[in-house]
Amino acid sequence: MIRIENLHKSYPIGKDSLHVLKGLNLHIKEGEFVSIMGSSGSGKSTLLNIVGLLDTHDEGKYYLNGQLIENLNEKKAAVLRNKFLGFVFQSFNLISYKTALENVALPLYYKGVARKERLEIALEYLDKVGLKEWANHLPNELSGGQKQRVAIARALVTKPKVVLADEPTGALDSTTTDSVMDLLKEINDEGMTVFVITHEEEVAAQTNRVVRLKDGVIISDELTQVETKTAKAI
Amino acid sequence: MKFLFDSDTWQEIYGSIRKNKTRTVITIFGAFWGILLLVGLLGAAKGIENGFNSMFGDFATNSVFMSGSKTSKPFKGFQEGRQIDLTTRDVEKIRSEVEGVEFVVPRNVTGSQVVYGLKTANLTVFGDYPLLDKVQKKKLTAGRFINQQDINENKKVCVISTEVYKQLFDKNEEALGSYVKINNIGYMVIGVYKPSRFEGTNNIHIPFSTFKLVYNQGDKFRWMVITGKPEYDIEQVESDVKVLLSSLHKIHPDDNRAFRGFNLGKEIAKVTGFLTGMQFLTWFVGIATLIAGVFAIGNILLITVKERTKEIGIRRALGATPRKIRQQIILESVFLTLLAGSLGIIAGGLILMAIDAADLLTNPTVDIPIVLIAYTVLIVLGTLIGFIPAYMATIIQPIEALREE
Repeated sequence: MIRIENLHKSYPIGKDSLHVLKGLNLHIKEGEFVSIMGSSGSGKSTLLNIVGLLDTHDEGKYYLNGQLIENLNEKKAAVLRNKFLGFVFQSFNLISYKTALENVALPLYYKGVARKERLEIALEYLDKVGLKEWANHLPNELSGGQKQRVAIARALVTKPKVVLADEPTGALDSTTTDSVMDLLKEINDEGMTVFVITHEEEVAAQTNRVVRLKDGVIISDELTQVETKTAKAI
Repeated sequence: MKFLFDSDTWQEIYGSIRKNKTRTVITIFGAFWGILLLVGLLGAAKGIENGFNSMFGDFATNSVFMSGSKTSKPFKGFQEGRQIDLTTRDVEKIRSEVEGVEFVVPRNVTGSQVVYGLKTANLTVFGDYPLLDKVQKKKLTAGRFINQQDINENKKVCVISTEVYKQLFDKNEEALGSYVKINNIGYMVIGVYKPSRFEGTNNIHIPFSTFKLVYNQGDKFRWMVITGKPEYDIEQVESDVKVLLSSLHKIHPDDNRAFRGFNLGKEIAKVTGFLTGMQFLTWFVGIATLIAGVFAIGNILLITVKERTKEIGIRRALGATPRKIRQQIILESVFLTLLAGSLGIIAGGLILMAIDAADLLTNPTVDIPIVLIAYTVLIVLGTLIGFIPAYMATIIQPIEALREE
C-alpha cells in the first residue's frame, strides 16, 4: 500500500539545510496497523506529511497504492488525498462553524457527491463512531473524544485506502485515548490500513507494528506483543 | 461555469456567510453605503432637476422676453429719454428678417377690476394671440384657449386661470359660457387653465385684437416673447433682434437701455449647468464611495483569509483543489457585493420614497438602467477584487496551515 525507498528530505534553514529524513525504507502492506514512534525532531511529522501528500520529498521513491508519486501539482495532490487518504489530526481540525454532520460530509463535497447522498453517507459514518445523536451539534458542543471520533468519521467517509493519524490522542486523556484507539483498531479489523504517528509508548503498544524513528533514520521496526498474541490465538 | 449553477457551491458559500454574521455585516457595509449614497444622491439630484423643470413648466425655454423702454443716448436728432414703443410692424420685421426666430408673440397687459355677479377681483388682463399657447403651454382644465377666429372677429371672450375661477365662481359652478365684466364690458369665459409656477396666478386673457380696440392701443403692445428655433443660439437671436429694432426705432447702436429683455434661455442654461455639475458630483461621490466599498470587501476578505488559514488548510487536506478554494473565495466576494448592492438599492429606493412622501423634492427618481449599470459595475468590481484574497488563499500550503502551535 505504502512503499518508501531511500527517502530523503531536507529543509533549508538560512544558508544551511536541515537534513530531516535520511534515506528511509518502509513498506506498509494493505490492512496493517502501524505506528511511527519517535521524539520530537525525529522526522515523524515530516514523514507523515510526505506520505499524506501534504509535502514533497527530495530524493527516493514513494509509491502510494502502487502509483509512483512524483511531479505532483496541487490539483493532483488534492485529488489523490481525497481519493486515497483520510486524515486525523491531533487538534481535530474540525471546521468550527459546521455541524458534526457537515464536517463529516465535507470530503464528499470535494469528491463531487450530491448533497443529499453525502449527508446520508456522513450520518452512516457518524453512527459507526457512535455519534448519530450528535450530528447537528457544532464542534464546540462536543468533548475532545467526541471531536476526534467525528474527525475519524470524516477520515473514513471517502473510503480511503489509508488513514493517517497524526498524534490522534495527543490532546486526549487516557480514557478517551483508549476509546479512540479502540475505534482505530476496529477500523483496522475491517481491513483499513491505519498509520499512526505518536510519541506515547502506550499508544504504540496498541498497534500491530511499531517503527521507531530517531534523527531521521529508522532504528527499529518490529511487530508488537499484541500482534503476536493475536497471531497465536488464531 | 457549471459550478455557478450548482446548488452545492452556493450552499457552501451560504453556510460560511450565514455562520459568520458579524463578519458579513461589517464586510458589506461599505459597499452597501456606497450604492445607497449613489442611488440617494442621484434621486435627490433628479428631484431638484424636476423641481426646476416644473417651475418653468411648459415654457419654451429658448425664449427671450423683450419690451420697449427709454433711450439713454441721443441719436439722429432725438433727445435721450425717449419712450420706445414696440408695434406690430416690428413683429413683422423680426419674423421676416431675423434668422433663427421661431415665434414672435406680442402681448399687451393692464390691471383691472373684474366683476362676476357680486364678486370682484383685481386681475391682470392680457391681450394675447393663440400663439402664446405655443410658447407658454396652457394646461387647460376646461374649454379652450383663444383662437384665430376670436382675433379676426374681435370677440369678447376670455380665458381665466384656476385661481381666478376660485375667486369669482362658487365651487363646482360652471364657468364656461358665463360672462365676467372687465371695465363694465362683458366677456364670455371660454377656457380655464392651471397656471405654472413661473407665471402669475391672477391672470385673465382676452384676444389681442379685442384688447387693442377696448384699450385703444393702436399698433403698440407692451412686450413680446421671441422663441428661437432649437438649433439656434438664443443669445444670438436676442442681439440680432436688438440690432434690427435699434435701426427701426432710430436708436444709438450702443444704447443698451432702450429695450428691456429677459433671456430665459440664458438663465435656464445657468441652472442646467448647475444641475449638470451637481449630477457629475453625485456620480463622482457615488462611484468613489462604491469603489471604496468594494475595496473594503476585498480588504476584509483578505483579512478573513488570514484568519481562515486553518480552515483552508483543512479543506485542502480533505481534497479541495486550489481551484475550489479560489472559487469559493471569489464567489463569497461576489455574493457579498450582490447582497450589499441589493440592500443598498432597496434602502436607497425607500429613502427616495420617504423623501417623495414628505414632498421635499419633486419625483426624486433614478432610472432603472442607471441602477442596473451601478449594480453591474459593483458586481464586476466585486469579482475582480475577490481575486486578490482568492490568490492569497491558494498559496496557503496545507502543511503550513495545519502546523500545530
